[in-house]
Amino acid sequence: MNSPKVEVRAHSKVEVRNLKVSFGGELALRGVSLDIAVNRILGVIGPAGSAKTTFLRALDRMNELKAGCRTEGKVLIDGEDIYDPSSDPVLLRRRVGMVFAMPMPLPLSIYENVVYGPRLGYAHGGERRASKAELDELVEESLSAAFLWEEVKDRLGTSGLKLSGGQQQRLCLARTLAMKPELILLDEPSSGLDPISTSKIEEALTILKERYTIVLVTNNTKQAARVADETAFFLMGELIELAPTGTIFTNPSDRRTEDYVTGRFG
Amino acid sequence: MSSHATSQRIAVGILAAATLLTLAIVAFILFFVLEKGLPQLSWEFLFSGPKDMGKAGGIFPAIIGTLILSLLAIGISLPLGVLTAVYLSEYTRESALTKAIRFGTDCLAGIPSIIFGLFGYVFFVTTLRMGWSLLAGALTLAMMVLPTLIRTSEEALRSVPQSWREVSLSLGATRWETVRKVVLPNALPGIVTGVMLSFGRSIGETAAVIYTAGSSFRMPRSAFDSVRTLAVHFYLLAREGLSTEKAYGTAAVLVLAVLAVNLLTYALMNRFIRRRAR
Repeated sequence: MNSPKVEVRAHSKVEVRNLKVSFGGELALRGVSLDIAVNRILGVIGPAGSAKTTFLRALDRMNELKAGCRTEGKVLIDGEDIYDPSSDPVLLRRRVGMVFAMPMPLPLSIYENVVYGPRLGYAHGGERRASKAELDELVEESLSAAFLWEEVKDRLGTSGLKLSGGQQQRLCLARTLAMKPELILLDEPSSGLDPISTSKIEEALTILKERYTIVLVTNNTKQAARVADETAFFLMGELIELAPTGTIFTNPSDRRTEDYVTGRFG
Repeated sequence: MSSHATSQRIAVGILAAATLLTLAIVAFILFFVLEKGLPQLSWEFLFSGPKDMGKAGGIFPAIIGTLILSLLAIGISLPLGVLTAVYLSEYTRESALTKAIRFGTDCLAGIPSIIFGLFGYVFFVTTLRMGWSLLAGALTLAMMVLPTLIRTSEEALRSVPQSWREVSLSLGATRWETVRKVVLPNALPGIVTGVMLSFGRSIGETAAVIYTAGSSFRMPRSAFDSVRTLAVHFYLLAREGLSTEKAYGTAAVLVLAVLAVNLLTYALMNRFIRRRAR
């Protein structure tokens, strides 16, 4: 019973090899290589301008939506290079979910926000069309996993824009979960939220990692210390250090990491 | 008293005077037309055909002609304009090509309507042998209002937050699905505003229509029949000196129609802005 689980743990969900991203000829991410283990939370910390977000967005090819973006290197998800010319970014983004820094519900009802991604999946012909009951179940399941169900279950038809900031961000998390992605990317998901909403999101994440692989970019080093299994420290577009979170915060090997986590700069 | 306060007062005075003058011009035109035109309006004038070259009778065929012609023009230009705007705003990045396209539409917007009329006459009426007809007139009007439609639609599309597009794409939508499900529905009120503006312009247009749709009094039966619009009817009545009273009556209907379209546009725009500010 135990041996297959160990094997899964050893497997890398994502392998990043010498990843470079530039915007308009200016190098933002300067050759990063790292592995992300399956069913773990990787925290990414670093001061503003260290290309944390650029790194995150490279994992589901969102950088290329901006003009003048160039990506070099390799990103393998389950051994498949997502930057291979034959790789379809639309299919990739169906497997990789993203929660943005600002809570960003679509101007639709709570219900429609949650089923937006899955409905597209059916439209793409990947799966058969879900029944109303199945969609209802998916909505309840996703909202519950994001700790939002109890607060909104009686008003699923109201606009997602009418929720509070913290609720909106949990709605965005639920919307991502409804896609049943393999990898969840979170870009400072609690930067504008109050402590209670933040702790709800963190609680959701620690439960979700049982089923998903999670990358959490955060400006809040304490948040990384609380929820991340491994933590990567980025500085000026380079990966300085990647180690188990405990090590990064108590016994980092690089002086710059120590300076940052102890609050000497950043 | 300091010179600052004086110059301030003079500036405010000039600004207020300019505003008042503008309002006064609008009020004067409205008053002038409606004062002479409104007494002419009657059930019979609105709903019966003209008699004796328009010296007597009503303007019903012209009302219908104007409506059909304008609707047809919008029907032709709307898909073309919106698709062009979607292409410019969603599928291209700022480049020499998009600048050229935009410059082209701006040039199109600056062409006097009589030139459109001349072109429509030479191309649609003569070369394509459509004759003076609803179709030739509508195609000419469609070309004329196209820049307005493209520009207003593009503005409406651009007012949809970029982040919504990103969210939709991040959820595995294609660009077209994003346009259909997120961008267009939220740009719709702005696009409708552009449609109403174009509709208003079509209703009031004379020069582009007189050489392409002709001036037949009869009710059109097909797209190849000639029609007379209210504006053309007014022009002919006034120029030929047929009936000043009937001309003013027609003008009153025309002015009220344009006013109604503008008010409707304004109301829609307000709703749009309120919804946005939500």
